[in-house]
Amino acid sequence: MIMKLPPGISDSVFNLAIKEFEQAVGKDWVFTSEADLDLYRDAYSPFKGEEEERVASAAVAPDNVEAVQAVVRTANKYKIPIYPISTGKNLGYGGSAPTLSGSVVLDLKRMNRVLEVDEANASCLVEPGVAYFDLYRHIQEKGYKLWIDTPDPGWGSIIGNALDRGGGYTATKYRNHFDAHCGMEVVLANGEVMRTGMGALPGAKTWQQYKSGFGPWIDGMFSQSNFGVVTKMGFWLMPQPEGYLAGRVEVFKYEDLIPLVDIMSDLENNGIYTGMPMLDVPLINPSMLPGEAMRTPPPAEVQAILSKPGGPTAAELEAYCKQHDVGLWGCKFQYYGPEEIVRAQWAYTKKRLSVIAGARFSEPEFYTMPLTPEQMQKVHKVSLGIPNLEMFFIGARSPSNPNPTRGHIWFSPIIPRNGREVFKAQRVFSEASRQLGLPVFPLAIATTYWERAFIFIFGFPITDDIEFNRKNREAFRELVKIAAANGWGEYRTAPAHQDAIMATYSFNNHALLRFHETVKDAIDPNGIISPGRYGIWPKNLRGNKV
Amino acid sequence: MKQLTSCLGTIAVLLLSSGQFLAAEPDLQQGQVVYERWCAPCHAPGNIYPGTVALQTKYEGKIPAALMARTDMTPEFVKQFVRTGVSIMPFFRKTEITDSELDNLASFLVTKNKN
Repeated sequence: MIMKLPPGISDSVFNLAIKEFEQAVGKDWVFTSEADLDLYRDAYSPFKGEEEERVASAAVAPDNVEAVQAVVRTANKYKIPIYPISTGKNLGYGGSAPTLSGSVVLDLKRMNRVLEVDEANASCLVEPGVAYFDLYRHIQEKGYKLWIDTPDPGWGSIIGNALDRGGGYTATKYRNHFDAHCGMEVVLANGEVMRTGMGALPGAKTWQQYKSGFGPWIDGMFSQSNFGVVTKMGFWLMPQPEGYLAGRVEVFKYEDLIPLVDIMSDLENNGIYTGMPMLDVPLINPSMLPGEAMRTPPPAEVQAILSKPGGPTAAELEAYCKQHDVGLWGCKFQYYGPEEIVRAQWAYTKKRLSVIAGARFSEPEFYTMPLTPEQMQKVHKVSLGIPNLEMFFIGARSPSNPNPTRGHIWFSPIIPRNGREVFKAQRVFSEASRQLGLPVFPLAIATTYWERAFIFIFGFPITDDIEFNRKNREAFRELVKIAAANGWGEYRTAPAHQDAIMATYSFNNHALLRFHETVKDAIDPNGIISPGRYGIWPKNLRGNKV
Repeated sequence: MKQLTSCLGTIAVLLLSSGQFLAAEPDLQQGQVVYERWCAPCHAPGNIYPGTVALQTKYEGKIPAALMARTDMTPEFVKQFVRTGVSIMPFFRKTEITDSELDNLASFLVTKNKN
């Protein structure tokens, strides 16, 4: 058996722990063979084929909270690092592999029960193994008039995505998956179970109704961290709206992005639209059909303008747009609600945007719920809370991508929400990409999962070429530094880059990280839960930073 | 292959009748559930499915692009791809698709067009 043991753990101690894990979860659900452990590698690892690849020493898959407690107690007794995963589908941000090689993966996929859906309160309580597909199916089968908010790939864990602070595509209130949660159950490093919010009050009927409970609201400490094993989480769900309306605006001058962003944000902050505003670049992708943007390369003439050394000028872009009667920037506005209301909201949106000279508006799409199967094929599914896997067009073989990749990891900095800063980010990242030998996207556009701020998302392809992957890792680190020098920080990252990114959040001599470390040492003194996750190392491994 | 399947089926019946459960008839219904849950979101017929478009591009129509239309797959072939992944498709753990579910999935995909 080839096995990478946890640091400082002998064979005999490890074997004792494995026996106890087997007693806790049953022999069938403790994995130690090489073939089984291969399934706990990160399918999108940027280290594949290299010594640094993060690999597990074993995997343990409990199917209830008591078994999780037993596993955690054993790990604590023998000081064996464990790495909880929910569905293990955090692809592009680490997959199912641990941050520290030799950790035992605590695979919670079998805990896949939808424990409660309260239609009147529009909320649910789920276990970590419940995927977006599962909750969607459950709601459909029961006929509840509720929507979920799903990220692009629907097979991820509702809990895992929220804990990694992922985002989705429906109404403002639900797109921030961590913010949409209401109440948690956590197994602590000593094996004790704790409930947060109203869950701490025995007999409370408001665990999924009132978020913060009494006293310090500590839920955030269990996201992007290693302070506990979350075994249940409540979420607020979106009541199925009567209707959905989407309308687009296109503007034709380069600087039009500035008022477009200002008006877009003001309308969002005033609740004029509740859906996700989706900025786009029509001259690159005129069709904007679902999936099409990922499959169709820009017209050759556009590619020629974009790939000019030094990037395109505003005049060149505007001339192309005028000649081809296509917008330079666009934005789709989305509305959920009764028809008379969403049509009035769209009319008001158009009125506000009409101050931009030449702004052109589409005829809006409007649907009442439920959608017909034909409509379902046409819409941007995630905007209507329908889980799917269409995002995997990124990287998959297709006519526009004859050489498929083996995966990707995401570089995703948070950028201030204004048009001038978008221009600046486009310039800074284009220049950096040229210098680092990366593909250049001079018109990369900001995304709006969250209110108030933008996020830029760049995918770094992963291949089987070790040298290519190594160069990309170095380029990634450079981009992190360049972003930080401009005041832009990443929102989330894969284990490969967690230390590097945490190091940029360095105000007052890394006061924030030092606080995390103080907490870690106090509540997990043996440092057993996910050592190194998000840059937080327990005291015995603090030299492990990369 | 068909002969082997029916031969295994006979063995399974014999074993079952003698009270042992070492081999069972494939549960094609469960295989279909696994297909619909894990494969169809990427491999169903249609150009909105990345797996289907990828196979259409790769084989240029020489082999059907949608998994359900293929007749060339063996159970071993199906199991190999599920457990090792290919290109952008990750592998699937045993907590996602158990070995027996995988057997049933493979049987379902291999036999669906032969009846």
